[in-house]
Amino acid sequence: MTLISLAATGTTAYVVGRVDDVPPGEGRAFVAGGTPVAVFRLRNGALHATQAACPHAGGPLADGQTDADVLVCPLHLFAYRWTDGGSPGRVGGLRLYPVRDVDGDLVVEV
Amino acid sequence: MTAVLGGRPLGVTALASGSGDPDYVDVRQRLVVVGNGMAGARFVEEVLERGGGEQFAITVFGEEPHGNYNRIMLSPVLAGEEHEDDIVLNSHEWYAGNGVTLRAGVRVERLDAAAKQVHADDGSVTPYDHLVLATGSRSFIPPMTGVRAEDGGLLPGVFGFRTIDETRALLAAAATHRRAVVMGGGLLGLEAARALQTHGMQVELVHAAPYLMNAQLDAEAGAILKRSVESLGITVHLDVFASEVAGPDRMRGVVLADGRRIDADLLVVAAGVRPNTDVAVRSGLEVERAVVVDDQLRTDDPDVYAIGECAQHRGEVYGLVAPAWEHARVLADVLTGTDPTAEYHGSRTATKLKVAGVDVAVMGLNTPERDDDEFLVISEPRRGVHLSVVIRDDRLMGATLLGDTRKVAFLTQAFDRGAPLPAERIRLLVDLSDGKEEVGVAEMPGDSQVCNCNGVSKQAICDTVAGGCSSVGAVMDRTRAGKGCGSCKSLVARIVEWAADGEVTEEASASWYVPGIPLPKPDLIAAIRDQDLRSVSAVFAALAPGGAEDARSKMGLTSLLRLVWGARFVPENDAKFINDRVHANIQRDGTFSVVPQIKGGVTTPAQLRRIADVAEKYEVPMVKITGGQRIDLLGVRKEDLPAMWDDLGMPSGYAYGKSFRTVKTCVGADFCRFGLGDSTQLGIDLETRFQGIESPAKMKLAVVGCPRNCAEAYVKDVGVVAVGNGRWEVYVGGAAGATIRKGDLLATVDSPAAVLQLTGRFLQYYRENGNWLERTYDFVPRIGLERLRAVLLEDSEGSCADLDAAMQRSIDAYTDPWGQDAAAPATPGQFRTALPLVDLPTVPVR
Ligand code: SRM
Ligand SMILES: Cc1cc2nc3c(=O)[nH]c(=O)nc-3n(C[C@H](O)[C@H](O)[C@H](O)COP(=O)(O)OP(=O)(O)OC[C@H]3O[C@@H](n4cnc5c(N)ncnc54)[C@H](O)[C@@H]3O)c2cc1C
Ligand code: SF4
Ligand code: FES
Repeated sequence: MTLISLAATGTTAYVVGRVDDVPPGEGRAFVAGGTPVAVFRLRNGALHATQAACPHAGGPLADGQTDADVLVCPLHLFAYRWTDGGSPGRVGGLRLYPVRDVDGDLVVEV
Repeated sequence: MTAVLGGRPLGVTALASGSGDPDYVDVRQRLVVVGNGMAGARFVEEVLERGGGEQFAITVFGEEPHGNYNRIMLSPVLAGEEHEDDIVLNSHEWYAGNGVTLRAGVRVERLDAAAKQVHADDGSVTPYDHLVLATGSRSFIPPMTGVRAEDGGLLPGVFGFRTIDETRALLAAAATHRRAVVMGGGLLGLEAARALQTHGMQVELVHAAPYLMNAQLDAEAGAILKRSVESLGITVHLDVFASEVAGPDRMRGVVLADGRRIDADLLVVAAGVRPNTDVAVRSGLEVERAVVVDDQLRTDDPDVYAIGECAQHRGEVYGLVAPAWEHARVLADVLTGTDPTAEYHGSRTATKLKVAGVDVAVMGLNTPERDDDEFLVISEPRRGVHLSVVIRDDRLMGATLLGDTRKVAFLTQAFDRGAPLPAERIRLLVDLSDGKEEVGVAEMPGDSQVCNCNGVSKQAICDTVAGGCSSVGAVMDRTRAGKGCGSCKSLVARIVEWAADGEVTEEASASWYVPGIPLPKPDLIAAIRDQDLRSVSAVFAALAPGGAEDARSKMGLTSLLRLVWGARFVPENDAKFINDRVHANIQRDGTFSVVPQIKGGVTTPAQLRRIADVAEKYEVPMVKITGGQRIDLLGVRKEDLPAMWDDLGMPSGYAYGKSFRTVKTCVGADFCRFGLGDSTQLGIDLETRFQGIESPAKMKLAVVGCPRNCAEAYVKDVGVVAVGNGRWEVYVGGAAGATIRKGDLLATVDSPAAVLQLTGRFLQYYRENGNWLERTYDFVPRIGLERLRAVLLEDSEGSCADLDAAMQRSIDAYTDPWGQDAAAPATPGQFRTALPLVDLPTVPVR
């Protein structure tokens, strides 16, 4: 894991791995500067990064299932929206982190 | 945080009808209601229903700025299961539309009974002809050192749990804090504790009495409840009260009377309620524990009434919504003149705990009071089950259901209506027969309440059906019946069916195989074949609206494609549920369980040795004999799975899939002195033939050597029973899981080969026609035994040869997934840990 830049936003960007480490449609867990994150690569190419543990009961979100709108936790099947991390009926949502592809590197800002 | 619940879109104030016309003179009597809670608002509804809108100009004062909302649903709101917008019962709009003046956000200070005027905190003075107090109660905050801040309010971090505003504040606090103490182990405290836990908080509960829910339960049941609550991960402290809140700037912990200190950043006080009687006291009305009323809900002032939790009737003060609604009905009858002699004679109360995983329902007495009271108790502390009934003169006086509330519908009816009781009393508590309706919905009176959470009666459901809603889902949406704690859903469905006289329509989507593709299973299969769709992504692209993927549909589609294409299916790992990706069952802490195949439950010393070695090598936290006659290695790290399989050298037992699981057997003719057939061998043969076959839901089989049924064949998806002379009975659709059902005898055949063939045919028919996740215990009754016999035994559809061939193709396509993936991972990082590096509820090591 490499530290890339200290952005003015107060966040730090980390290279957590290669885009190819995440097979299309799946998620994988990484650690970005001490913070566990789950990174997902959708089949449409979109990348998303979230906190690694489900806010409900700590489920391993990287083992969840996804589509263009939501991430479904494998333990109790709560669905979290990619747009804001919210889940229908739930108040405490999922933390999302900016993630991008830089020359094949997965860069997550936390 | 300040949004008005059920507010008008533009913030318009409600206006009474006619007030816009300068010449209008309102000749109606003035009816003023103080308190816009569940009793007050229901009372207004009841008055309007009786045509009271013509008789009365109605004004409602509510201290809360909101419309009327369903207070009992605050628990699900706090648990994040329900959105606050969905618990609004009467919005500001509703009051305006019905010509009722709502003075929301205005607190009434006192009445001037002589002048018949109401004085409110906004300085207004409102005259009345009839006045109804419905001020409810508030959280009781017991005296504790440091609980209040200097301004007299609660110390930051300390909360009551009574209003939506308190609930919102709690939700906000739960999102940013980790440790909570809940004071009070009654209904409210338990619901609050569980709700906070769903937000990931660590919760400790402090209860001053020696056992939980002491107002409703006896000590024995209370002790069992404590275990169930603790097994959810909530720490329970009994027989001790909190004497001090540690501050000083905000809540930092509580100190118990015995000197212990619990560090926490949030305290919920749910230690009982106190009726809001200050208005009555200041106005000189008679107040004891609450405002004293007679059988017509009248106080000692003939024009002032009190209903709901602020009323005390014949010495009783209720803390539940059902009595409040009864008050509202009687008073509406009296005041509108619909029945001027109507009287209220007290309520028999029943309560349910709305906590997932802990079922508690109680009504009436929990112990016998007289020598000749009948008292029946079934107590299974280990299972967390405690059931009891008290019967007097053939009438149900009370019931306690803990851990198993399946009989609650019948018992509630018997309790409320005095319905006749079965002579065999034990039938009150357990089903001895196989599921005959205990209470016919036809006999239920129209006004009996079906959904307690949302106050929906049988009549309301029937009316909705009569009004054109003919599907269960639509009726539930319209009436909100079944949308609270959900415990009444099956009853609602039965009533809808009865009311629609069998003409129940299913929502179109109810017939779809999966939610993301608008096609029923046969059409979907046809489209998959016609368009040659071999992967889940191809199915979405071709058949989903807009080509959109749907996460919740993927698992069902993977199963279906495997059924249709066998070895020619193109697998995609992201379309599989995690269990199927790693061929193991995910557990609560993100580890997995490994269950090797042990056909028919028969193993060898060599196998056992290997299992033992593997368990030691990989430090498996628990090795367990399962209910399926095999051995489970629990708590295995994902990264270790492939190597473990390698070392085991045994095929997968498929304990994780929606697939063929196990065949349990008994020792049979070779060893047992009663054995009539070689059940062990037949079980092994069945498992060998059908291993790993995917299906709409789990398929579990058993073979027994005689009708003593030692391996429980009567309650399996397919159960085979040796009956002598080489003959075998084949039962289908049995269950002994969440549902208990004895299988139906499909046929008696005369050889093991015939058992194998018939089993394969039945399983294939189920695979092709069963809905996703529909077990055979639902499938068989849905199709009907007659039809199954015709199709499978008499070949009435000419499909037997196809069924046999299709099953054979699936059998030929079987490969052991453990052997397969251990050799080459399906996708990069297939077995990489997803375990977050934070504390999880870890599975204990024994
Ligand atoms: C391990 C085992 C319990 C044990 O320690 O004995 C077990 C464990 C689980 N059962 Fe079971 N069941 C086990 C035998 C049973 C049995 C008894 C049997 O198979 O003879 C039943 C009743 C028969 C039946 O299936 O109906 C049973 C009825 C259920 C049900 C209720 C199914 C139903 O529709 O009624 C579920 C929930 C479900 O399927 O949705 C379930 C679900 C589960 C799951 C898979 C929960 C889950 O979805 O994660 C449990 C996995 C625990 C884990 O972490 O590994 N388990 N479960 C048993 C494994 C048997 C095996 O060797 O394969
Ligand atoms: C979280 C929670 C869960 C519950 N679960 C259940 C359950 O499962 N089953 C069940 O039967 N019961 C349950 N209850 C209890 C149920 O909500 C009450 O019994 C019911 O609300 C009583 O109705 P009420 O109208 O008497 O009082 P409330 O609903 O409390 O209404 C009283 C209203 O009067 C207002 N008011 C008070 N004083 C004044 C004043 N001076 N001027 C103007 N307005 C005033 C208050 O602001 C309040 O809005 C639960 C309660 C809570 C808090
Ligand atoms: S193993 Fe079965 S019975 Fe036990 S907790 Fe899990 S699902 Fe429930
Ligand atoms: S842990 Fe994620 S839904 Fe329960």
